Amino acid sequence: MSVLLFAETENNTLKRNAAEVASYAAALAKSLNTNSLAVAFNADNAQDLGQYGISKVYNIINAPEQFDANVYAHALSQYISNTNATHIVVSSSADAKFLAPLLAAKNNAAYVPNAVALPNKLEPLTVKRTAYTNKAFVHTELDAEINIIGVGNNSFGTVEQFVDCVVENDSPEHTASNLDQVSMSKETGKATIADADVVVSGGRGLKGPENWHLIEDLADVLNAATACSKPVSDMGWRSHDEHVGQTGKPVSTNLYIAIGISGAIQHLAGVNASKVKVVINNDPEAPFFKAADYGIVGDAFEVVPALTEKLKAFKAQS
Amino acid sequence: MNVLVCISHVPDTTSKINFVENNTKFNTGGVQYIINPNDEFGLTRAIWLKEKQGAQIHVVHVGSAMADPTLRKCLAIGADKAFRIDTPAIDGGAVAKELAAFVTANSYDLIIAGRESIDYNGSMVPGMLAGLLDIPFIPNCVGLEINGNEAVAEREMDGGREKLKGTLPIVIGGQKGLVEESDLKIPNMRGIMQARQKPFEVIAPQQASAATQDVLYEKPAPKADVKLVPADDIDQLIELLHKEANVI
Ligand SMILES: Cc1cc2nc3c(=O)[nH]c(=O)nc-3n(C[C@H](O)[C@H](O)[C@H](O)COP(=O)(O)OP(=O)(O)OC[C@H]3O[C@@H](n4cnc5c(N)ncnc54)[C@H](O)[C@@H]3O)c2cc1C
Ligand SMILES: Nc1ncnc2c1ncn2[C@@H]1O[C@H](COP(=O)(O)O)[C@@H](O)[C@H]1O
Repeated sequence: MSVLLFAETENNTLKRNAAEVASYAAALAKSLNTNSLAVAFNADNAQDLGQYGISKVYNIINAPEQFDANVYAHALSQYISNTNATHIVVSSSADAKFLAPLLAAKNNAAYVPNAVALPNKLEPLTVKRTAYTNKAFVHTELDAEINIIGVGNNSFGTVEQFVDCVVENDSPEHTASNLDQVSMSKETGKATIADADVVVSGGRGLKGPENWHLIEDLADVLNAATACSKPVSDMGWRSHDEHVGQTGKPVSTNLYIAIGISGAIQHLAGVNASKVKVVINNDPEAPFFKAADYGIVGDAFEVVPALTEKLKAFKAQS
Repeated sequence: MNVLVCISHVPDTTSKINFVENNTKFNTGGVQYIINPNDEFGLTRAIWLKEKQGAQIHVVHVGSAMADPTLRKCLAIGADKAFRIDTPAIDGGAVAKELAAFVTANSYDLIIAGRESIDYNGSMVPGMLAGLLDIPFIPNCVGLEINGNEAVAEREMDGGREKLKGTLPIVIGGQKGLVEESDLKIPNMRGIMQARQKPFEVIAPQQASAATQDVLYEKPAPKADVKLVPADDIDQLIELLHKEANVI
């Protein structure tokens, strides 16, 4: 028995979410009284996982430079059998959700995504996860020999606990990819909706794309990703990549700031998993206030620039 | 070209979510079921393949007769034939195994599923299906072109897009972007009449076993009232976010 973590990398560095997923894997291993191991691909800083309780990392140094779900799933499967891994922990990133079902099929494993906490029972393994687009939770039993848990973003948090971490650099044989990359476009240096701690989101209340500097300036101060409601992307004010909600990207961040967004059920469904929600809207009756933790009833064109300035000052002195 | 569109049948998002039998079962009473929105984009994309490239379009659902009206709707929208594999959908793995057996028996060039079902948001079935069949898989698919036996598809990833190329057969997990909302087909009278004549087969399951089981539901704790801060006292908001919520 062992717990095996898939630690994601980008540009040869562990991704931010690796810390949270490692913390989860270490805590799970502790409750099972077993080892917490990790597999990473091309991670120059693999030993950093020791900060989060991982005692051994198999670092695959001859992996394709880009994430390739099928190749990675094959490689991981070898480590699952070599280490007798019984519990596999992955994140809820787009790549992890690409990889995990393939991994489950190859290993005849049980898989549940969107877990919000450590298993509340180990026998049978029972995990609480979100369901019905965040309108409920469901407790699911996993009863295969190999069980894969996908941890919801920002649901467990990071827990520092230093252990000695052994990194073994490996060059296993890879299967051939069954897909060829034609092209990739990726914004570099910008916080993404999936990774950011804070997301600043704008709706139709901003009146037009020319006003988006309000959103961007606020996001800059907070090192946040920017997002928008569906009509905003439908009208082409912002790119579709920013559309969040039930039919867009899911948001489960620590802080979600909604500006000029009414809070329609399809919008809320996709963002409700965020920990703290702040709403700025000039209509006190906007439904979003019912789902918010903090709110300001006011005109975005006045409130947002003032908030940005005050936050700048706050950041400068803290 | 034979195209299979996998249809999941889900409560409309505006439905009230409630549970019965000591919170062990979803209360279907009064719930309006719809074709999973992600699958609707996929079905429309498939029908374009039929119109422009002469494909044959089948739809399949694993589940009970409750979904029959949804499958009829797919026929009215333009699918050629519907199949229902008659077994309750217990988990993504079992559904994927049923679909894999079906695909193997019928041979399809392209399998279009959705990014995720909006009931459990699992994003499990399409990837597991591709894994079981050992064929290429492209999730979060926002663009698809088929040329001969080659598929070029674009996937949305965190912070960008990746365009991938693979040889058919292939599985995709489609979403908005595959077609736009304004492209979605609404069944017309003629379509509805024609659907009555189209083949609809109910087939026996493999009885694939499930590896997971949902045992208990829970609703989120009721939310405390929002704390409103006056628009002219932004310092108070910053203080609350810093000291009380601990998020900045
Ligand atoms: C099947 C389906 C799926 C959907 N999926 C999604 C989804 O994934 N994501 C999504 O977002 N929507 C989705 N929608 C659409 C959703 O129902 C709403 O129409 C949409 O969220 C509304 O966007 P909005 O809040 O930007 O605009 P509006 O509803 O028009 O709200 C604008 C808000 O701005 C406020 N406002 C106006 N002026 C100001 C000002 N000066 N200062 C401050 N506030 C101001 C107004 O009071 C209002 O509350 C979906 C709908 C359907 C039917
Ligand atoms: N019971 C089912 N029958 C047929 N297809 C399904 C079923 N459940 C899920 N799918 C397909 O798999 C996709 C992803 O669903 P899920 O894995 O449940 O999030 C859906 O959009 C459907 O295309």
